[in-house]
Amino acid sequence: MAVPVAFFAVFFAYPVAAIVARGLEVDGAWRFGRIGDVLAQPDVRHVLWFTTWQALASTALTLLIALPAAYVFARLDFPGKQFLRAVVTVPFVLPTVVVGTAFLALVGRGGLLDELWGVRLDTTVWAILLAHVFFNYAVVVRTVGGLWSQLDPRQEEAARMLGASRLTAWRQVTLPALAPAVAAAALMVFLFTFTSFGVVQILGGPTFSTLEVEIYRQTSQVFDLSTAAVLTLVQFAAVAAVLAVHAWTVRRRETALRLVDASVTVRRPRGAGQWALLGGVLVTVAGLVLLPLAVLVQRSLGAPGFGYYRALTREDGGAFLVPPVDAIGNSLQYAVAATAIAVVIGGLAATALTRRDAGRFVRGFDALLMLPLGVSAVTVGFGFLIALDEPPLDLRSSWILVPLAQALVGVPFVVRTMLPVLRAVDVRLREAAAVLGASPWRVWREVDLPMVRRALLVAAGFAFAVSLGEFGATVFIARPDNPTLPVAVARLLGRPGDMNYGQAMALSTILMVVCAVALVVLERLRTDRTGEF
Amino acid sequence: MLLSLEGATVRFGGRAVLDAVDLGVAEHEVVCVLGPSGSGKSTLLRAVAGLQPLDAGRVTLDGRDQAGVPAHKREVGLMFQDHQLFPQRDVAGNIAFGPRMRGASRAEQRQRVGELLELVGLPGAARRSVAALSGGEQQRVALARALAPRPRLLMLDEPLGQLDRSLRERLVVELRELFGRLGTTVLAVTHDQGEAFALADRVVVMRDGRIAQSGTPLQVWQRPADAFVARFLGFDNVIDATVTGQAADTPWGKVPVPEDAPQGPRTLLVRPAGVRLVPADAGLRCTVTARTFRGTHVAVHLQPEGAPRLEAACALRAAPEAGDTVGVEFDVAEIVVLG
Repeated sequence: MAVPVAFFAVFFAYPVAAIVARGLEVDGAWRFGRIGDVLAQPDVRHVLWFTTWQALASTALTLLIALPAAYVFARLDFPGKQFLRAVVTVPFVLPTVVVGTAFLALVGRGGLLDELWGVRLDTTVWAILLAHVFFNYAVVVRTVGGLWSQLDPRQEEAARMLGASRLTAWRQVTLPALAPAVAAAALMVFLFTFTSFGVVQILGGPTFSTLEVEIYRQTSQVFDLSTAAVLTLVQFAAVAAVLAVHAWTVRRRETALRLVDASVTVRRPRGAGQWALLGGVLVTVAGLVLLPLAVLVQRSLGAPGFGYYRALTREDGGAFLVPPVDAIGNSLQYAVAATAIAVVIGGLAATALTRRDAGRFVRGFDALLMLPLGVSAVTVGFGFLIALDEPPLDLRSSWILVPLAQALVGVPFVVRTMLPVLRAVDVRLREAAAVLGASPWRVWREVDLPMVRRALLVAAGFAFAVSLGEFGATVFIARPDNPTLPVAVARLLGRPGDMNYGQAMALSTILMVVCAVALVVLERLRTDRTGEF
Repeated sequence: MLLSLEGATVRFGGRAVLDAVDLGVAEHEVVCVLGPSGSGKSTLLRAVAGLQPLDAGRVTLDGRDQAGVPAHKREVGLMFQDHQLFPQRDVAGNIAFGPRMRGASRAEQRQRVGELLELVGLPGAARRSVAALSGGEQQRVALARALAPRPRLLMLDEPLGQLDRSLRERLVVELRELFGRLGTTVLAVTHDQGEAFALADRVVVMRDGRIAQSGTPLQVWQRPADAFVARFLGFDNVIDATVTGQAADTPWGKVPVPEDAPQGPRTLLVRPAGVRLVPADAGLRCTVTARTFRGTHVAVHLQPEGAPRLEAACALRAAPEAGDTVGVEFDVAEIVVLG
């Protein structure tokens, strides 16, 4: 327990506090009045308003489109379902930069729709909303569908026997049972879209800006630290409130329901309604998930003879000091280190959280661990630069800085994946081993480890994918001669010309393939679907 | 005494789940703790196993105080209520677990697994997955696993609790025979009196964390210590009475009591067999409210006028119908004056 707490104190709380302090403290005096000043600016109010409403709209749209899919994946049996389930999860582990790039290739200037019908959406908010739906589709399908598939259908049958119509039974029995999962999924989507950075950075143009993008602009371009600090605090408060609600709904969901094995609730589609639903979902998946990814690949092949890919290896001193292809090696090395850190820290935290004598403080830590998901990654990255620059923690020039920041985002995933499995290990199984002569260490090795081994691998995979795609913090702290893939993509997109655009598509495709491969491996390892991601 | 508890006390949030319990188990003895759920019997086992620290008192094994000895060094066996077999290991892996923890070689482990599977009647099951076992087979594997490290004391928590009735009756006989043959010292807990009486040399009845009565099955059955024990054993005809000489005053009228009965205000137990049905114009007048077929006899539920209900046991042929009016007389041989 001490290790994760220390880790978060030094590498999360301290940098964030440092940057907030830097912004609000002038000549040794605290200027809380700045908060009011900043919030009074029309620009800032506009950003705040846009951030909120686009997050709400994205969440509503995602629920609308993904809930039917949650039902289809939970209750209907059809060929290729396993594969399709993996496919719809790919966007979630994709780096936001890639998602932005893919939609740019679909709806942007010179994009597929532009070529076919002259439709461009990159100047409208629709591009952002659609990209958010694409990104979060799997969150709803998995969180809601996972629970839906385990709800006992006999509950509904019992209601039918008591005189409820099919619809009434669904509304009175299934919907209330699902409500906490729907709420939890909605809050997760809200959280991700509220703090959206990569997608908005690429698709938002000069018109649309979320808090996170504005924080980035204020720190890296305008150098107005106090405005950035205030915006960080605002985002922090909003995220903390959302997380508190989320933790509450998760707890309700854990206690209230009696679940059955998912395999007993699925059946082949019956009747026109169910076939239509299945068809609709398949069309949605094709149009919303597969099409952007396919367009991305197609654009990356735009130059003859893999020209864009070959250009990646050239050292032309353009955007980089090194050939862009070096970014792949950097990314993989950073991601491996970040995964190792995240698994160790997250594993220790999850183990501490499952101890039976865990007190209120420890359980509170559970919610705190989620905070890095919502706190401005830009702030964390910038905070690293200004907080970890003096002995004994002078890490500014150390390569470890990037993996440390990436691990912060990976830890919540590790904890969320490990917790349900560790909690499911019956305490008495450990006691049985102890009575048979196993010491505490052997109990862990003989009882816990075999059961959590898979979960550990899955957690590592998620941490790897997340580290690979991390953008907000990395963009600050990755050194110019050692860019990661997402940073390289963003830099290429920021430069004019078809060559740079094509190279960005090519690098994004590579990144997508690496993430997709990681995910397919995960899906094979994964046996239970009770985890949240 | 192999095992002795002295003033063993466990409190959960101020409530004493185990309240100054004194209990001894001699070598080769089979002791069964009997009590309703919540009486503290499982906590008793956990305290002996070292899974539950004592708030007061002590546990000694072979005369050695076990305070500070962790569970894995106590060398006692515990069979859990729902077995808790390790799901990721096969049958042999489960049984070999204990010997392996104690450093047995592979050959020794294999030999021990073979012996025990033979013993519990599952030869050749070594490679089966525990998920594929039936309830009875799981119970046998759990027993084999608990016995494998040759524990000094074997503890069983509701050993037959989840099995169906016929299987339970067969297994209880097998267990009794097995423990006799091996000379195992056993401390078992159960809420089922039939199981306790069939299994134990000595029965200990628990109530609210205290020992209500301890004795051989016959002693406990014949002379329950108090109204609680009598009711827990399934007797419903328990009533307050004033004993004077060889008769007792009860709401059911005068009831005869044995010669040496203690005098004064007492609690009286009338076994159903001691409630004799006679024609309506003789004895205590009752209405038959229900009759339940019990296999060897019929339990007849009677409602006397202005007095608590009575249960009578009578032969099927002689049983009256519900709604009949009958008379009742009492047989002194089936009446016990409780403590």
